[in-house]
Amino acid sequence: MDGTNTMSQQTTMTHGMGEKLFEGVSRKRLNIASEDICLQVNDLKLYYGNDIAIKGVSMAIPRNRVTAFIGPSGCGKSTLLRCFNRMNDLIDACRIEGEILLDGKNIYERGVDVAELRRRVGMVFQKPNPFPKSIYENIAYGLRLQGVKDRKVLDEVVERSLKGAALWDEVKDRLHENAFGLSGGQQQRLVIARAIAIEPEVLLLDEPASALDPISTAKIEELIDELKDNYTILIVTHNMQQAARVSDYTAYMYLGELIEFDDTLTVFTNPAQKATEDYITGRYG
Amino acid sequence: MDKTRLGGHYLEKYDEELESVRHRVLSMGGLVEEQISNAILALGSGDAKLAEEVMANDMKVNGFEVAIDEQCSQILARHQPAATDLRFLLAVIKTITDLERIGDQAERVARMAIHLAEKDRPKNQYADVVALGERVLKMVHEALDAFARMDVGAAVAVARSDAAVDNDYEAIMRQSITFMMEDPRTISRAMDVIWAIRALERIGDHSRNMCEYVVYLVKGKDVRHISIDQMEEAALGKKKE
Repeated sequence: MDGTNTMSQQTTMTHGMGEKLFEGVSRKRLNIASEDICLQVNDLKLYYGNDIAIKGVSMAIPRNRVTAFIGPSGCGKSTLLRCFNRMNDLIDACRIEGEILLDGKNIYERGVDVAELRRRVGMVFQKPNPFPKSIYENIAYGLRLQGVKDRKVLDEVVERSLKGAALWDEVKDRLHENAFGLSGGQQQRLVIARAIAIEPEVLLLDEPASALDPISTAKIEELIDELKDNYTILIVTHNMQQAARVSDYTAYMYLGELIEFDDTLTVFTNPAQKATEDYITGRYG
Repeated sequence: MDKTRLGGHYLEKYDEELESVRHRVLSMGGLVEEQISNAILALGSGDAKLAEEVMANDMKVNGFEVAIDEQCSQILARHQPAATDLRFLLAVIKTITDLERIGDQAERVARMAIHLAEKDRPKNQYADVVALGERVLKMVHEALDAFARMDVGAAVAVARSDAAVDNDYEAIMRQSITFMMEDPRTISRAMDVIWAIRALERIGDHSRNMCEYVVYLVKGKDVRHISIDQMEEAALGKKKE
């Protein structure tokens, strides 16, 4: 039969964009090799005193994609996430070796402006942490810090950010009320709006939906999907179904090591490593 | 991955549920094998009563299909399976569809056995048809065995044996056509034989499908709609010399 031969070669190939199976039928798989890389991690090691928490991780994180980090508690995924905007600098006795390149520049190099780095790499935590101020002031805060005073500019940014975080319609009539009056899910979206107000390149999300109900979780997940057009998103989650739903790439970490990093569909249907398989299927090794 | 396994979950109930599905698929397979075996026995011996039993029992095969589908959908909803567990359930859902269709083909052979029991019998007592039936019965048995043991090598070997079934089928077909041309009075009987061997040949195809799901289950590779050599290469990672 004509074409049978090429078809089989493609069928046995497990990676590649838009792999063609039959006439008019193709399988879309992402391939890290053809991605634009935003963050490059090179042999990153992190020590708390004498204990090593991250044991030499190297990986390339693609731009405008969602990369999920999964793994059991204590595997180092949150610690690794905090390396991307140098949050670990705040912890005494924490020492880092290796490098992380953001757009090709090492963020751990001497002389890097950490405040500027954190502007470019925003972060959202598990528990929403709005400031005890109005909804409006929560968003405007970062810009005010940068010295922006023009009311028109601030109004614009507040509206754009709240729309970007899918919160505008729910709060537009009460922008000057206290942010603590919002529900947990709304507060979390407010925090995301605050993070995107200062136009970062990268968003780090540490368990952003684990304290929320399913409806709020769905809103956050939908938001992540929309945000990836403009931002590179890294998310740590304990919820594997969530990682499978929202991410393009998945990294499985265990005891401070990166065990497997591949496109999410491959990781969840046919992972290469037995340890990954055991974790995502809920088995003991 | 060193070994595909169903057990070993932290949640023991999950192990039990998957094992129960596997057990049921094998029970269904056992019933289907019995159906084929009785259908070809009825055809070879002209036993219309046995053939009627086969036809009545097809309901049991259908019942298995519905029950296993239900069980799989519950596991999907409750556990959101991934990786091997997900591939296992997908393989099961596809396998039981083929098993149910094999059951339908066995019923068809039984119906032809009833027709043929009323007619004059040839000297060979349909020995060639019975031999074809035994060949496909062996295929079904070995395909189920490959599934039970998650044995990719065995699955490829069974799939490969489908070619011999096709050869037998064509030989009997040619012979039947010769009979019909030589003596038009044999047409009615020859047509029944052709329907029966067609059903048996289809059972061979369904067995091959089941083997493809075994490869998917163990290797995560889709080997449908490719040649047997390509299937072997994809499944076992070697080229046939």
